[in-house]
Amino acid sequence: MTLSWLKGGLLLGLVFLAAVLLVKPIGVSTQFVILDGILWDMVDPQTVVASPDAKSGFASPNAYLNKSGGKYAKSVANPVNYGFVFVLAIAAGAGLSAFLRGGVARAQRTMPDIWRANFGDSPLKRYLAAFIAGFLVLYGARLAGGCTSGHMMSGVMQTALSGYIFTAGAFLAGIPTAILLFTREG
Amino acid sequence: MTTIILAILIGGAFGFALDRVGATNPDLIIGMLRLSALHLMKTILLAIGVASVLLFGALLAGIADPGNLSVKTTHLGVLLGGALLGVGFAVAGYCPGTGVAAGATGRKDALVFILGGLAGAAAFMASYSWVASTGILTKLLGVKATLGAISGTGYPALLSGIPGEWIGIAAGLVLVGIAFLLPDSLRGNSPARKVAKDATGH
Repeated sequence: MTLSWLKGGLLLGLVFLAAVLLVKPIGVSTQFVILDGILWDMVDPQTVVASPDAKSGFASPNAYLNKSGGKYAKSVANPVNYGFVFVLAIAAGAGLSAFLRGGVARAQRTMPDIWRANFGDSPLKRYLAAFIAGFLVLYGARLAGGCTSGHMMSGVMQTALSGYIFTAGAFLAGIPTAILLFTREG
Repeated sequence: MTTIILAILIGGAFGFALDRVGATNPDLIIGMLRLSALHLMKTILLAIGVASVLLFGALLAGIADPGNLSVKTTHLGVLLGGALLGVGFAVAGYCPGTGVAAGATGRKDALVFILGGLAGAAAFMASYSWVASTGILTKLLGVKATLGAISGTGYPALLSGIPGEWIGIAAGLVLVGIAFLLPDSLRGNSPARKVAKDATGH
């Protein structure tokens, strides 16, 4: 059911193009911050407050949510915005695709084959690694100001210098890590 | 309201496409990074290249709004953050977008990856003032630069003399060319087997 690189590349390319023609280039990682902000604001309602002085109309005691005139604070206060709904829709689209192709094989739902071949069958071990990896990926993405979507796909598409530098950093670290970690084929 | 409908349609199409090209399968992501299965590298290079050629063609033809472009700042954090992301990308076989998509396909390790991601994003929020104080976010250029000057945008350009739109079309064609020239594998493992295995789910 996996598309050939030719068909798949054309499909994905047309989605990138539609996004930038109709709205703006695709991006994902900012929305992890927005969801954190929403959850934090549920626990502490002072996390995001209306502020007529701020450019966005919202402010936060957290310097990151408050940056650029409270841009992120505003999104936390109004979760029904383009960027956040976009990421929820990614989940819906991928879920629909998986459903139509009959779902993911049971053994694959806890870990990929190549992980099992190298590190054994323990789901706990895989989950621990996935959690730490998720932490690194999102800390890195926020430090970089974007992820594989915003920097690599959208950035390189627009000939943004930042996109090439991000891609170099990600592959220069990712390729040796993958080669050293996964010595056995899946 | 229109923007929310567009978010649902484009986001939904993106998620659907990510699953169909195999990007929700960590076997294929890890295979790409260990250079044994370049299926996804060819797919992504072609996607970016085709989108770039059509985008800059549409800008030249005046049918695309240059105001929709959004170029990010180049700074030292882009390189360091990219490297941190690369390590996690290799361990998990997920990035933020494909992690969300894979979680929705029923992969439980992807859901755990998302939880780790929320913790990592929260840690960045907590440490942002310190990170900014190191100057890492302004060193190394600190501007939103593109290869060539793009009409209707104020982004500084690295190269002068040639319109940025033509440079963009050329850069896009180079990516398409690389996608065609890259072999299926650089390490003697057959990616066709992996793709076929993924297709049947066994």
